[in-house]
Amino acid sequence: MFEKDKLSNIENSLDEYEKVTSKLLEKRPERREDFISGSGDSIKNLYTPLDIEKIDYSESLGMPGSYPYTRGVQPNMYRGKLWTMRMYAGFATAEESNKRYKYLVEQGSSGLSVAFDLPTQIGYDSDHSLAEGEVGKVGVAIDSLKDMEVLFDGIPLDKVSTSMTINAPAGVLLAMYIAVAEKQGVSADKLRGTIQNDILKEYIARGTYIFPTEPSMRLITDIFEYCSKEVPKWNTISISGYHIREAGSTASQEVGFTLADGIAYVEAAIKAGLKVDDFAPRLSFFFNAHNDLFEEIAKYRAARRLWAKIMKDRFGAKNPKSMSLKFHTQTGGSTLTAQQPDNNIVRVAIQTLAAVLGGTQSLHTNSRDEALALPSVDSVRIALRTQQIVAHESGVTNTVDPLAGSFFVESMTDKIEAEAVKYIQKIDDLGGAPKAIDDGYIQREIMDAAYKYQKEIESNDRIIVGMNQFQIEEERPTGLLKVDLSVGENQKLKLVELRNGRDNVAVEKTLVELRKVCEGSENVMPYILDAVKTYATLGEITQVMRDVFGEYQQSVII
Amino acid sequence: MDRPIRVLVSKPGLDGHDRGAKVIARALRDAGMEVIYTGLRQTPEQIVNAAIQEDVDVIATSILSGAHGTLLPKIAELLKEQGAEDILFIGGGVIPDEDIPELIESGVKAIFTPGTPTSETVEFIVNNVRK
Repeated sequence: MFEKDKLSNIENSLDEYEKVTSKLLEKRPERREDFISGSGDSIKNLYTPLDIEKIDYSESLGMPGSYPYTRGVQPNMYRGKLWTMRMYAGFATAEESNKRYKYLVEQGSSGLSVAFDLPTQIGYDSDHSLAEGEVGKVGVAIDSLKDMEVLFDGIPLDKVSTSMTINAPAGVLLAMYIAVAEKQGVSADKLRGTIQNDILKEYIARGTYIFPTEPSMRLITDIFEYCSKEVPKWNTISISGYHIREAGSTASQEVGFTLADGIAYVEAAIKAGLKVDDFAPRLSFFFNAHNDLFEEIAKYRAARRLWAKIMKDRFGAKNPKSMSLKFHTQTGGSTLTAQQPDNNIVRVAIQTLAAVLGGTQSLHTNSRDEALALPSVDSVRIALRTQQIVAHESGVTNTVDPLAGSFFVESMTDKIEAEAVKYIQKIDDLGGAPKAIDDGYIQREIMDAAYKYQKEIESNDRIIVGMNQFQIEEERPTGLLKVDLSVGENQKLKLVELRNGRDNVAVEKTLVELRKVCEGSENVMPYILDAVKTYATLGEITQVMRDVFGEYQQSVII
Repeated sequence: MDRPIRVLVSKPGLDGHDRGAKVIARALRDAGMEVIYTGLRQTPEQIVNAAIQEDVDVIATSILSGAHGTLLPKIAELLKEQGAEDILFIGGGVIPDEDIPELIESGVKAIFTPGTPTSETVEFIVNNVRK
């Protein structure tokens, strides 16, 4: 981007600058010996054109909305349409969660995001012994289509887009959503939304797996295929770096491991006979936003550029939509402190800026009290307002990718991309992401980074305000949201009622059909949909699949 | 004690967030203890059985799902039933302060909430483990 003779002038003045600063440092040393990013990378005191001399504007950055999408996936980004403000919510019963969704929509939320409780995520009905104490705790309990009907009561499914954080049983919950829409008179081809459906990161970091790798990958490709025909506006997967980062990875690992998972899904779908441009446009991604503003912005830009190259060069995609990486962001739960929780509002504001300056398509902002409990209504409103302030008052949405060309941000973008490429190569050498997970390679790398970070905090090399410095004596916080154990009892009663009231012969028939299809190779989705419509429960459907597919055995890595 | 302190680190319930459990496991190991990590999704019965079988001095559980009020007292109860109350039973995770007294009452010896330095947990174990 720069002329040769001008660069050598800069080199000379940089030498001069270094001399002056080093003299200065003899007298007055800097605050620390090493300045490190949020991910622990050393940061130089100054970045100049010399750090980005290899950048060719058209090749490395290009125009927003076109290859390699470094500057964003839409030509005019937020000038056209703001990101979707999508608050992840769900707790207790479908009735309670339905109320929260309606409140969020009234307050200006532009998309729904459903949190399911752990039994639902792992395919157990609320009356299963392993569900004891967990029903309705971290999300809403859904046992059957009945609950789903209540969850979306009065919410027109042709008007909202809905994201569902569901993985191992994603097909079942998607089928329930399609069935609810049908009852509202909305056909599947009008539905917009996302299922997370990303099993690999469950094995790596999040833990709500059910089936072994191979049948899990089949279920995912079945969903890709089914949706490409029946639910064409649906994002069939949200390939997630969020949980990898929460588990303690660095920013580069977040990009590297997530895109390696993405490669595995694309390979599986191609192997199953799908054409890349038939399903790749509906792949979406999900990243974290931590506190190091510039590192995070660089991370999103690097991820976009790298994915575009992978899709074009490795998989021969032709459709530009297959190459453009669209992503949801959530602010980093692990960055929040239980101490002085109001400080978290400021952290979330910085993280919001990072996500927006990095070009996110949708955003969930965490609430200040999430290191303590589920968020209260007041906290959720502040979190949503944080997005609205950034959108309407900060001015950062006025122009596309405003930090492009920054010597620091561009050089960091290059660096993160290069490190991510190395991780992907290593994973390729190990035989791909599923194999690298079985070997424990990815988990170990993340854990090493997590432990290093913890030690930096404990040695005060890393200051966390209110936690290891600037502490105060605090009152115990009150008014935290609590989910009563009666929620579990009520769900159990509802299940008894359901099983007594439905046509159990029809249920059994669809489950027998489903079993046959699971044992064969036909697409499972139409059969899951049939079962769901007879009010077969999530647990019953999943049990059939457990019987045929078996269960995943975790490799325990410290 | 003439052998290193043996600790069972465990994740009760369905919660899959094990960064905390693993960080603690490494920190205890670095402090010279022998650490066994059970992995995810352990029932109270599995945890207590493993603790007895492995002859551990400490059970350290991590739970972030909000099910602590059900699962931790159950572990304490099973330890009593098995006559293994001398195993030091501690917990950590996203646990509201107001829930702690009840957990302590049920037999959990200490609860470590977010932001606790690992050194504090190490010190607690060293000072309170059966001698």
